[in-house]
Amino acid sequence: MAKPTTLKDHFRETRLFTHRAITALVFTIVLMLLLAIRLVNLQVIEHDTYAVLSDNNRVHIAALPPTRGLIFDRNGVLLAQNLPSYSLQIVPEQVDDVTATIEQLRQLIAITEDDEQRFHKRYKSSRRFKPITLRTRLSDEEVARFAVNRHRFPGVDIAARLYRHYPQGSLAVHALGYVGRINERELQHIDASNYEGTDFIGKTGVEKFYEDILHGEVGVQQVETNAQGRTLRILEQTPPEPGLNLHLTLDADIQRVAEQALGEERGAVVAIDPRDGSVLVLASMPGFDPNLFVGGIDSKTYHALRDSLDQPLFNRALRGRYPPGSTLKSFIGLAGLEYGVVEPDASIYCPGWYRLDGDDHKYRDWKKSGHGPVALNRSLVESCDVYYYDLALTLGIDRISSFLEPFGLNDLTGIDTSGELAGLVPSREWKRRAKREPWYPGETLITGIGQGFNLVTPLALASATATLSTYGQHLRPRIVAATEDPDTGDVVDFPVVLNIAVPVEDHANWHYIIKAMTDVVHSPRGTARRIGHDAPYEIAGKTGTAQVFGIKQDEEYVEEDIQKRLRDHALFIAFAPAHEPKIAVAVIVENGGSGGAVAAPIARKVMDAWLLDKGHLDDAPNAGETP
Amino acid sequence: MSLLDTPVHDLGQRRRSLAQNLHIDPPLLLGLLLLSGISLFILYSASGQNIDLVWRQVVRLGVGFTVMFTIAQLNPAPLKRWTPWIFAIGLGLLVAVLVAGEIGKGAQRWLDLGVFRFQPSEVMKLAMPMMVAWYLSDHPLPPTAKRLAIAGLIIIVPTLLIARQPDLGTALLVASAGIFVLLFAGIRWRVVAGFAALGAALAPVLWYFMHDYQRQRVLTFLNPEQDPLGAGYHIIQSKIAIGSGGLYGKGWLNGTQSQLNFLPERSTDFIFAAYAEEFGLFGILVLLAIYLFIIMRGLLIAVQAQDTFTRLLAGSLVMTFFIYIFVNIGMVTGLLPVVGLPLPLVSYGGTSMVTLMAAFGILMSIHTHRKLLPR
Repeated sequence: MAKPTTLKDHFRETRLFTHRAITALVFTIVLMLLLAIRLVNLQVIEHDTYAVLSDNNRVHIAALPPTRGLIFDRNGVLLAQNLPSYSLQIVPEQVDDVTATIEQLRQLIAITEDDEQRFHKRYKSSRRFKPITLRTRLSDEEVARFAVNRHRFPGVDIAARLYRHYPQGSLAVHALGYVGRINERELQHIDASNYEGTDFIGKTGVEKFYEDILHGEVGVQQVETNAQGRTLRILEQTPPEPGLNLHLTLDADIQRVAEQALGEERGAVVAIDPRDGSVLVLASMPGFDPNLFVGGIDSKTYHALRDSLDQPLFNRALRGRYPPGSTLKSFIGLAGLEYGVVEPDASIYCPGWYRLDGDDHKYRDWKKSGHGPVALNRSLVESCDVYYYDLALTLGIDRISSFLEPFGLNDLTGIDTSGELAGLVPSREWKRRAKREPWYPGETLITGIGQGFNLVTPLALASATATLSTYGQHLRPRIVAATEDPDTGDVVDFPVVLNIAVPVEDHANWHYIIKAMTDVVHSPRGTARRIGHDAPYEIAGKTGTAQVFGIKQDEEYVEEDIQKRLRDHALFIAFAPAHEPKIAVAVIVENGGSGGAVAAPIARKVMDAWLLDKGHLDDAPNAGETP
Repeated sequence: MSLLDTPVHDLGQRRRSLAQNLHIDPPLLLGLLLLSGISLFILYSASGQNIDLVWRQVVRLGVGFTVMFTIAQLNPAPLKRWTPWIFAIGLGLLVAVLVAGEIGKGAQRWLDLGVFRFQPSEVMKLAMPMMVAWYLSDHPLPPTAKRLAIAGLIIIVPTLLIARQPDLGTALLVASAGIFVLLFAGIRWRVVAGFAALGAALAPVLWYFMHDYQRQRVLTFLNPEQDPLGAGYHIIQSKIAIGSGGLYGKGWLNGTQSQLNFLPERSTDFIFAAYAEEFGLFGILVLLAIYLFIIMRGLLIAVQAQDTFTRLLAGSLVMTFFIYIFVNIGMVTGLLPVVGLPLPLVSYGGTSMVTLMAAFGILMSIHTHRKLLPR
C-alpha cells in the first residue's frame, strides 16, 4: 500500500507505469508482427519450396523389379524358375553403427563371414539410402525371429524377393547357364535404371545370352514413407513388364541320357536335329549345380570347383577346342571327291607308314602293320591314316581349308547361348599371321587326319556333321525355339537360319561318303561296328582319336603305359537315320582312348533316346522346317 | 486498445457478484480455456492419435487450473510479505540442486522429493519478479542507481545458478522476469541501452562459459543446413512443416511432417510446427490473436493494479509469458537458436505449465482483490 507521504509520487508512478505498459504492449505487438512476417515468409512466399521438400520427405520412388522369364525344355519341362525368398536388407543411412547392428543381428540370424564381407564390399560402393542385402534366403524361422525384434533394428528390413532356381540341378548347366549378383563391370553395360531392385543378372549360357528378353522392364512405384523409411502406402504405380519365357530346343530327357552316358568321364556331347538346327543336347561333363551361384557361392565351394582338375566350370561343349582327329576324314574324303582328285575305287597301298619325298620323317598309321591296299570306302571304314596323308598332299592345304570353312569349322556357329569359341582350320595365310612362319608340306599331311593345328569345338563338330548329313545345309545351331509372353501366352517362334549352303559339286559324292560312314558303323570291319550290329536304324558315323601329346619317332604307343590324363581323346560323330537324318551327334571323351569303344556307345544311347524312346524315327519326311 | 479503454468500474460492478467473489477474471479464463482446447486438439494429432497422452494433458491442465484458482483466492498483501522468504527458499533449493540434484538429459535440474520430482528453477520464475518488485516497491520510482545495482544482484545470482545446471532457457526466462520488473519500474532508456551494449560486449564471454551442446545450438541456428541429419535436422524439418502448411494448412491429422515422424519433438517444444503444418497461416493468426488477447488483458490488469508491488509483478509476469511465446515460435521458425522452451499452455508437459498457471492465478488475485475506489 502506498503511504500517504508518497501520494504525490503515486500519481506520477501510475502515469510512468502506464506509459511503460503501453511501451510493453507496443513491444509485444511489434515482435508478434515480426513472427507473423516470418510465418508469411515461410508459409506463403516460400510455401512452394517447402511443399516440395515435404513431398520429398514422404514420397519415395521404389522400383518394382520385373519377374524373370522362365525357361522350359522342348517338352515343357521347367529348367529355370523363380521362387520366393526373404532377404535381410540394411539401409546404411538409417543405421548409426552398421558393424554393431550386424553383431546384434547375429543373435537372431546366421550371418557368415562371407555374407559380411560381401555386404561390406557393396556397402562401400553403394549409395547411403539404398538397401543393401546382408543375407539371402532366410528360413521361415529366421523371418519370424526378426519380425518380432524388428523394432530394435531401424533401417533393417526383410524384403520378399524372387530368386532363381534351377529345379533340374546340374542338368544342362553349361547350356542354360545361371544368374548371379550383378557386379561392377556388368553395371557399366546395363541400363541401371532397368535393374533397379534387381540383384541378379545372367552370367553364362542362355541366361546371359537372352538377358534382355528374360529380364523384362522395371516398374515404378511412388510410395509414402515415414521418417524411419517404412513404406506406408502406395500413391501411384506403373507395373513392371515381366520377362518372356523361353522354350528351348533342348530335350531334358535326352540331355540326361547324354550326361549319364558320359558318367564320370570328362567330355561333351552335342546333338543337333539336322532338319532345323535345333540343339537337342548340349552336355559338358562334369557339371555343377547352378543353384550354388544364385545366392552367392561361398568361396570354399567356389575354389573347389575352380581348382578341380576335372574343370567342372569349363564349358567343354562350347569352349573346348579339340583336334578333330579321324572324324575329319569324312570331310577330307568328301573334299577329294568334290575336287575330283579321288577315284573312289582306286586303291593305294598302306604299309603302316607314309613318307614325304626327300624327308626321312615317317608319318605313321595307327595300325602299325598297315592296311594293305586301301580305297576310299575302306579308308573311312578302317580309318586308314596313310590314305589321308596321301589325299591331303594331293589336295593341298589351300583346297582343304577352303573346303572345310563353309562347314563352320573355322568360325563360330553362331549358336544363341553365350561363351562359344571358334574352331580352327589352318591355312597358309593363318600360319603366316599367327605363327609368322611359312606352311610346310608335313603339316598338310597331319591336317588330313585331323591332327596338327586343327581345332574344333564339340558344338561345331556336331554342326558340321549335321551339315554333312543334309548335303550341305549348314543351319545355325539354335537352342531357343520360341519365346512366350507370360501374361498373354503369345508365342513367337524363332526362325531357322541358314548360315551357308555348302557348294555341292555332285550329290553322288556326298551319298558315297554317307554310305561309307554307314559302313563305319554297320560293316564287320568298321571301327564303330560295336554300336552297329544291333541298331534298329541305319547310322552313319566316324570315329576319331585325337593325340594329346606327341609320340617320338620309333616309340611304341602302348595305351596302358600312359597315364590316363595323357591318353588320346576319344571322338565320334554320327547321324541317323543315315539317309533321312533326324539327329546328328558329336561326342568327345577326354582321354577316353578309343573313339569306337568309348565315344560311339555314348552317341548310340543319345540317338536311341531320340529316335526310339521319343519316337522321332517315325517322323514324317521333312517334318522339320528347312529354309 | 479497446480493453485498455474499458471503464474499470462498469466492468467491476457488473461482474462483482459472481466472478469477483470467486476471484476469477473471466476474459483471462476465456483465453486460457481457448489455448487449452487448441492444445488438446493438436496434441491428439501430433502424438499420432495417442488418446492416453491427451488424457494426461487433460489431467495436467486440471492441476494447472486448480493451482490457478487456489492462488487467485490469496490476497496479494500476504504474498508480498512472504516474498523474501519464498525467494530465499528458492535460492536455497537452487544451491541444493547443484549439490544433490538428479541428472536428466545431461543437466542437473531435478530435485527428488520422494513423492515427486521437482525443478527449483520453476519456483524462481515466480520468486524472481516478486523479489525484485518487493525490493523496489517501497521506495519512489524510478529506482536510484544504488537500488538498481542491488536489484541487478538479485537478478544475476539465481540466473547464474540456473545457467550452471545448465538450463539456458529457464535462466533466460528468470533473468527476463527480473529485468521486466526493472523496465516497468521506469529505469531510464539510456540505462537500458547501456546495459544492452554491455550485454553485447559480454556475449563472447558467455560463449566461453557455454557447454558444447549449447554452442552447437547457436552454430546450428546460424547455419542449419551445415548438418542436415544431425543438429540442424530439427530446424530444417520444422521449417519444412511450417512452410508446407501454407495458408490453410494440410488439415487436422493430415500433416505429413508430423504424422510420418519427420518432425522431432512434435508434441513438446516443436508443437507449433505441427500446428502450423495442419492449420496453416490462418490457424496461426488465430493462435497469435489469443495470445495477444491474454497479454493485453494481463497488461490491463497490471495498469489497473493499485500498488507498486502488484503492478510491477503483474507486468513482469505477463511479459515473461510473452517471452515464452516469442522464444518458442522464434526457435521453431528458425529466427532464434534452439532453446528448450515449450509453447506456453499448448506444448505437452507438466512443470512449466503449473508455474504459468500459478502466475495467472497471481494476476487474477491482483485483479480481484482490488479495493474499489469510491466514485
